[in-house]
Amino acid sequence: MATIEISHLKKIYPNAETATIKDANLTINDKEFIVLVGPSGCGKSTLLRMIAGLEDITDGELKIDDNRMNELSPKDRDIAMVFQNYALYPHMTVFENMAFGLKLRKVPKAEIKQKVERAAEILDITHLLNRRPKDMSGGQRQRVAIGRAIVRNPKVFLFDEPLSNLDAALRVQMRAEIKKLHKQLDATIVYVTHDQIEAMTMGDRIVVLKDGNVMQFDTPMNLFNNPANKFVAGFIGSPSMNFIAGKINVEDEAVFESKDLKFSIPDDMQPSMKVYNGKEVYFGFRPEYIYDKNIEKHKRLSQTMVATVENLEPIGSESFVYFRFKGNPEELYCFRSNSSHEYTIGEDIEIGVDVERLRFFDKATEQRL
Amino acid sequence: MKKLKVQKIIFLVILGIMTLIYIGPFLFSLSISFSGDKNVFDWPIKLLPNAPTLENYQNVWSDLPFGKWLFNSVLITTIQTISNVFFAALAGFTFARLTFPGRKIIFTLLLSSLMIPGIILLVPKFIVLNELSMINSYSGLILPGLVGVTNIFLMKQFFETIPKDLEQAALIDGCSYFRLFWQIFIPISKPALAAVAIYTFQGSWNEFLWPVIVSYTEDMYTLPLGMASLRHELLTDWPLLMAGTILISLPTLAIFIIFQRYFVQGVASSGLKG
Repeated sequence: MATIEISHLKKIYPNAETATIKDANLTINDKEFIVLVGPSGCGKSTLLRMIAGLEDITDGELKIDDNRMNELSPKDRDIAMVFQNYALYPHMTVFENMAFGLKLRKVPKAEIKQKVERAAEILDITHLLNRRPKDMSGGQRQRVAIGRAIVRNPKVFLFDEPLSNLDAALRVQMRAEIKKLHKQLDATIVYVTHDQIEAMTMGDRIVVLKDGNVMQFDTPMNLFNNPANKFVAGFIGSPSMNFIAGKINVEDEAVFESKDLKFSIPDDMQPSMKVYNGKEVYFGFRPEYIYDKNIEKHKRLSQTMVATVENLEPIGSESFVYFRFKGNPEELYCFRSNSSHEYTIGEDIEIGVDVERLRFFDKATEQRL
Repeated sequence: MKKLKVQKIIFLVILGIMTLIYIGPFLFSLSISFSGDKNVFDWPIKLLPNAPTLENYQNVWSDLPFGKWLFNSVLITTIQTISNVFFAALAGFTFARLTFPGRKIIFTLLLSSLMIPGIILLVPKFIVLNELSMINSYSGLILPGLVGVTNIFLMKQFFETIPKDLEQAALIDGCSYFRLFWQIFIPISKPALAAVAIYTFQGSWNEFLWPVIVSYTEDMYTLPLGMASLRHELLTDWPLLMAGTILISLPTLAIFIIFQRYFVQGVASSGLKG
């Protein structure tokens, strides 16, 4: 299959004041499943379309398998793309839709038939080959769109939010199927989504984008556990990371101080934090790594803090417990609790954060300290 | 309830009167075309002929060069309809889907030509064709109507409603822009193309003014012009004229009945979705 090398890629639309993609640098390895994720307008689809050749590259270089692609038209890049709206040709049958690209490449008829039937078998759409798109459900159409991509056996597969139009159950099913397909095809895939669960479950590595900037390019677990900045920390994870604005003060030891609370930074972080004396920071802590001191007795927790339970959202196996700190009644924070522990609204609890999971971000640059 | 019933009756009466106003002249023409008496306007006017006859319909073919006029009309209408559909679609596609310098200006210029009353253009058009020695020839009759701006506009509007993803999928599949137009856009634009074809056919088939100006020998007449030439100051053979007129209107009538759906669609959406 193929490697993709993106160097200093830039996209500025005519008459636009700011660049949609600003200096993107990515190296995508052969057979890797890469997910581009970010909020609406972050440039993820633009970046994908630049790889596809559907958008001109303003500056920088795009290479697939060490060959410069900037000037090549989409058909000459040996890529296939699956669109959010399926983009099936409505006047053609499923077979004709899947065979169209091969016909244009003058592949012999017998070979076309064999390839289409093989792809249809993989995707379990053999029984639909004579139907037209209007006679099929959304899920079936998306399978056909994927089939149209795989018959060509391209170097790179591009997916532009392919599951966004499907219902929740079908989305989960198709997610697993695309992942399976990736293994079967041994293909390099670039996949765009705005859904971080989709990104986390599917990607070997994830590119998090914001306002045209690559905020972090890493494995799903690294994004979750070691976010490079406050944006990634807040974007990845659901419910998202809690943040408290405050200051690091170093006297005898480094202390985090906000209007809500004051606690000593754990001993092993002391040396690294002492250089930040007086720095305005955000203290970040994930709902997953907050524990009730009275329940989790064996965890190595930070200095505990007293909070008041404000609201409870049981979701079955666990509950989201929303709480406030005494000193700051305006801000609401959240932690995940095993639903076997029953809390009551208004109850005061003593909580601590797993010391391994305390994260601090510079308030000015929002980069992680 | 009673009030609603009265309202319904009033609406039906108004509708009936309106229908009669529009269809009355046609029915009267139909009645005259079967009349054996040439003095059809003698008082009292008879709405139905005393002795209906098909003689006028036979005479249309035997007494007049009706076959030649029919050939002229069919030739001109066919060429103009096909060329309008093709060129309007091609130009519509170009304006809707391709980006090139001056696209907006050219399209605005085209649209603004619609603001000029057609009658003003008759003289310059005549002069140009005269210089090219095309007066009283098929080329003179056909060329000015090969493509209409309204049709280009209609097709452009329609093509703009086709999702961009479809175009991009085809480009990735390996289509050139012409193949994209020919193999993807044309097959899915049948309603809009049918609307363009029907309007062009109707306009071209019934065109009177331009043939009057560019043709002066009887062998170059089209059907409407040929029929009009039967009107004389002192004596007009009304039953013959009406028989010919009824025959002329048959193709448009047939097309309207068969493609009624597209007519209505075209009017309702102005080609937005077709």
